[in-house]
Amino acid sequence: MSVLIDQTSKVLVQGFTGKEGTFHAGLMIEYGTNVCGGVTPGKGGTRHLGLPVFNTVSEAVEATGADTSVIFVPPQFGADAIMEAADAGIALIVAITEGIPVADMVKVKHYLASRNSRLIGPNCPGIISPGKAKVGIMPGFIHQQGNIGVVSRSGTLTYEAVDQLTKLGLGQSTCIGIGGDPVIGTSTLDAVKLLMDDDDTEGIVIIGEIGGDMEVEAARWIKEHGTKPVVGFIAGQTAPKGRRMGHAGAIIGGKEDTAAAKMKIMNECGIHVVESPALIGETMAKVLK
Amino acid sequence: MNIHEYQAKEILKQNGVAIQEGIVAYSPDEAVEAAKKLQKETGTGWWVLKAQVHAGGRGKGGGVKLAKNLDEVKEIASNMIGMQLVTHQTGPAGKKVRKILVAQDVYYPGPSQKEEFYMSILLNRKTGHHTIMYSPEGGMDIEQVAEQKPDRIFREEIDPGNGILPFQARKIAFNLGLSGNAFKEMTRFIFALYKAYSSVDASLVEINPVLKTTDDKILAVDAKFNLDDNALFRHPELLEMRDLDEEDPTEVEAARHNLNFVKLDGNVGCMVNGAGLAMATMDIIKLSGGEPANFLDVGGGASAETVEAGLKLILNDPAVKAVLINIFGGIVRCDRVANGVVEAYKKLGNINVPVIVRLQGTNAEEGKKVIDASGLKVRSAITLQEAALLVKEVV
Repeated sequence: MSVLIDQTSKVLVQGFTGKEGTFHAGLMIEYGTNVCGGVTPGKGGTRHLGLPVFNTVSEAVEATGADTSVIFVPPQFGADAIMEAADAGIALIVAITEGIPVADMVKVKHYLASRNSRLIGPNCPGIISPGKAKVGIMPGFIHQQGNIGVVSRSGTLTYEAVDQLTKLGLGQSTCIGIGGDPVIGTSTLDAVKLLMDDDDTEGIVIIGEIGGDMEVEAARWIKEHGTKPVVGFIAGQTAPKGRRMGHAGAIIGGKEDTAAAKMKIMNECGIHVVESPALIGETMAKVLK
Repeated sequence: MNIHEYQAKEILKQNGVAIQEGIVAYSPDEAVEAAKKLQKETGTGWWVLKAQVHAGGRGKGGGVKLAKNLDEVKEIASNMIGMQLVTHQTGPAGKKVRKILVAQDVYYPGPSQKEEFYMSILLNRKTGHHTIMYSPEGGMDIEQVAEQKPDRIFREEIDPGNGILPFQARKIAFNLGLSGNAFKEMTRFIFALYKAYSSVDASLVEINPVLKTTDDKILAVDAKFNLDDNALFRHPELLEMRDLDEEDPTEVEAARHNLNFVKLDGNVGCMVNGAGLAMATMDIIKLSGGEPANFLDVGGGASAETVEAGLKLILNDPAVKAVLINIFGGIVRCDRVANGVVEAYKKLGNINVPVIVRLQGTNAEEGKKVIDASGLKVRSAITLQEAALLVKEVV
């Protein structure tokens, strides 16, 4: 098994005919993902990459039965695209778009609260269940099907960790990139819970960073309810206070959201915290023995 | 993006927030003119001169002074404009004061006691709601209040569907101990402040202090705004408020090349694709015995041009004793990045600090070969651990 996506997921691409959408939809299809079409307002009725294009998400859902959507629209249209997908009844919305205003995401979160959609992201690499489906922009070939779940706020740093795991023979059940923004749909804890409940996941890697308290929240839950070994890394041990480190959400606001504070609490909660990002894979191999 | 106090106050005033009035001045003569004009408009007899720099704690550093006559205005302005203002937020070098705000004196005697409060609006990341944070302990550093009197800080979460509601504004005003006219003024102040916060897509509005004057008016005496960079596309008028003098020149240059750069104080420069990996690379440098000199995310592409621009920015800093380039090739191929590094290196010529290039991912081996065969003084690595050891060797 895996969580969130597998070979049965029917995936729509919002922003399908744009440059990013076209490029990554192609790679997703190549990976074996069941992409069933896309949405670009004004281009409905045409075909793109051999698949139908629709004007609205609800039309696309009606025609294809899609249950998953991946969003590549520019940031100024990001919030609208997410809400359109939710309104059309899409169960899993993966927003890759980087740069959506925080105020827009506050509205989105409120909108989603009364609907049955799960949002992953925005500003994330997406989700991959290796060997089954890839809904996102991560390089497929570094992954390998297996039993480690990965939850991360970052893109390339996740690839780094996955690459270490794969080279040690540790495949992945599902890797979830939850996104680097201050307001996101699925928290570290939400993702951890999914993986704890997954029969095929034997160990979990949490890659966090400075800012917010999501990793702490997850750690406290794991202490009480965790049933699988967890390896954790927090990026930004050397980041100065009050400066945004690339990600909109990676900013130290107080004493509680520094890397050191998070690592200390995670350690106390029984998570195997590594100081060096070079040791994520190795540590997981050790604790699984 | 950050803006100055005088710009923040303009935004507040446009949204109906009562402020301590003031006029910005770039020279002592302008300061005197501003003082005269303010006297005419507000009736103020004394003036407060405030250095306009992007840093808090200006009062303690000598950046806020009271002038009791026009001669004092001129004298204080002469000393303040051009000074290096050092506060706990500027670092030891301080910031050059290029302009001052000449403001009316709002601490005049009157029938009631003056009072100072703290109020800010910001995002509560946990709930995803905008939140008003306030305290009766105004005028002092809010972090100090949080440490010493955490029970004196209150929060009011704003429902995204409804915005701030009247009962919330009343609750805040009651909690601040207000009554009568001051109470009414405070509820108006809160509504206007939230309107200002929303209208510019701020990520933080902080008013410290909010003053209850001796004649029961509620005024914003200081104002700090942080604007959400992601929302600036819908506020072209705010982009004009950007003051490049207040920003690190290297960071301004980096932004011109679409590079995400943060200057730090260390001795090992780094260039990385992706923000998370960039932070992790800084951490590796520290664990290897160095100190990161910067944060630099070159984004997904890492072409020869971006590598060249990035290397230039890093090598501008004389403190840099080594450079670590760390690229994880996913979509981008490592051999292409390697060629970019070699090209940029040759173009820049005289690089006299060791450069370590770590390429991992698509075509990593081919990338390493390109670096090793280039004949340049560049060390190559494939795993992160190898790169860490190379950093250890050179620092």
